[in-house]
Amino acid sequence: MKAIYEKPQVFTDAITTYCGGCGHGIVGKLIAELIDELDLRENGILVWPIGCSCLSDRYYDMDAFMALHGRAPAAATGIKRADPSKFVLCYQGDGDLVSEGMAEIMHAAIRSEKFTVIFINNAIYGMTGGQMAPTTLEGQYATTAPKGRKEINSGFPVHMAEIMGMMPGVCYSERVTVTNPGNVAKCKRALKKGFENQIAGKGLSFIEILSPCPTGWKMSPLKAMEWVDEVVAKEYPLGLIKDTTKEEN
Amino acid sequence: MGEKVFMQGNQAMAESAIRAGCKLFFGYPITPSSEVPEYYANVMETRPEEGVMFIQAETEVAAFNMVAGACATGHRAMTATAGPGFDLGQEAMSYMSAADIPSVVVEVQRPGPGDGEILAAQGDYFSAVKGGGHGDYCNLVLAPYSVQEMCELMQEAFDLAQKYSNPVVLLTDATLAKMRESVELPGYKEAPDPKTVRNALTGCKGREPHKVVTCGDGAVQWEEFNLRLQEKYAKIAANEVRYQEYNMEDADIILVAYGSVARVCESAMKLAREEGIKVGMIRPISLWPFPNVAFEGKKGKKFLVVELSAGQMVQDVKLAVDDKKDVTFFGKLGGTTPSPKVVLEQIKKLV
Repeated sequence: MKAIYEKPQVFTDAITTYCGGCGHGIVGKLIAELIDELDLRENGILVWPIGCSCLSDRYYDMDAFMALHGRAPAAATGIKRADPSKFVLCYQGDGDLVSEGMAEIMHAAIRSEKFTVIFINNAIYGMTGGQMAPTTLEGQYATTAPKGRKEINSGFPVHMAEIMGMMPGVCYSERVTVTNPGNVAKCKRALKKGFENQIAGKGLSFIEILSPCPTGWKMSPLKAMEWVDEVVAKEYPLGLIKDTTKEEN
Repeated sequence: MGEKVFMQGNQAMAESAIRAGCKLFFGYPITPSSEVPEYYANVMETRPEEGVMFIQAETEVAAFNMVAGACATGHRAMTATAGPGFDLGQEAMSYMSAADIPSVVVEVQRPGPGDGEILAAQGDYFSAVKGGGHGDYCNLVLAPYSVQEMCELMQEAFDLAQKYSNPVVLLTDATLAKMRESVELPGYKEAPDPKTVRNALTGCKGREPHKVVTCGDGAVQWEEFNLRLQEKYAKIAANEVRYQEYNMEDADIILVAYGSVARVCESAMKLAREEGIKVGMIRPISLWPFPNVAFEGKKGKKFLVVELSAGQMVQDVKLAVDDKKDVTFFGKLGGTTPSPKVVLEQIKKLV
């Protein structure tokens, strides 16, 4: 009998700690598929953040570095500069990348570090229990914004993919989501582009992924998917923001 | 050993690090440590054959985490900073000790607290020796007192970091960093092949994956993790005590000092001897592990601890001696350094 689908080889048998309906698991599988397809397992180092994905080193049969909160791009800089021959993936959530580690991601982009950054934007702090993120929408409930995020107190949602698109050191920036099979396929194409840019020695690639967080948002998984498409994607438009590699071709 | 030169402390130390095979430097400029990153930046441009890589980080927070990442690959890397920058590096110090990352950090002490001053001080003893970051961890801390010793300990620091998979702090001060002395530079050493460094991230080809993780998974697992770390610290404590003794055979009064102020105390000891006062000296070189053994069996002797602080190392001396009533402290603050005559006056108070 011919196998039409198999678990990616790089995956271990560990069970993830993600909640039902969470986007991390979908993205995690796409990463695993690409590691297999591009044969990156034996020459790659995965840099993980603090947040819901902080146990991810267990899911991949690969070398891994579990960074301090927000510092993944600094650690990835050290790794890639020490050994530029390695494929280095830097995976971060919104608390990690936009709040605690804003300086680190900005300066990795300024230096045009030659690694790939995956940014999971779920507009909330998941692991710590639904507190406000810099990406939380105006009016959105969070445990630290009990009447919804207010501009006078917390300012405005941060558009990272656009900010990164403005940086000369970033060769590729795109915002995608994982709310339906079509979007998952687009997400995988964006990730593949980001991986291939690194393999080709190009500048920093940045992929922002709008990701549902049913637990943090206190919604059913289905409702959370709809909320990404109908509300979150209005604030954070999907699509390609920058691709200097196209101009080169 | 290499050639004899007349060189500034910071620069000689940087040259020694490069010769120890430390080709990667991540740092943020801060007085009085900036000649170290400047030296690396210059060598990167002028001696391209040596493959030196210097990155000026955006903050010390980033610099320390870059060092963590680079050292995790099995390559030798370091940073150099002063007190305020060392503060920002503390989360990474805790992390690197927990993660068994063999890293080297130079801390050039200047007077705090706050923004502080840029002269010599020893007020960062606590943050280096006691661990200024979170959790139960220890830095191996070495305190040189001459440019020659800075060069030698700089090279040794990399070997010790690798031997114990732990950060090593070279604790100097503005006087040592800025002064020029005649020094015999150490020779070149071959850095180890990263693949031979324990748990190095080199890609998992042909072996089980290596994971650099400091994330707990329940109290039982985390207690085991911590107990294993404590075994590492116990090994360091048992094997890496360093100190130097001076004129101890007949000494009634024993000076205790480290770093630049130990030079002053050495002169004060000579002045006292000329006047017939029997003074000796203990100079701790490893501040952690502290040389407790040097203070044992000396009940009835008078210890005079001299520091450029309000009294930090003196606490460890009091823990080490048989009777803490034997211990007297003399400190100078704010970037002032006592002259040998001033220390001699303090000695005479004990006669």
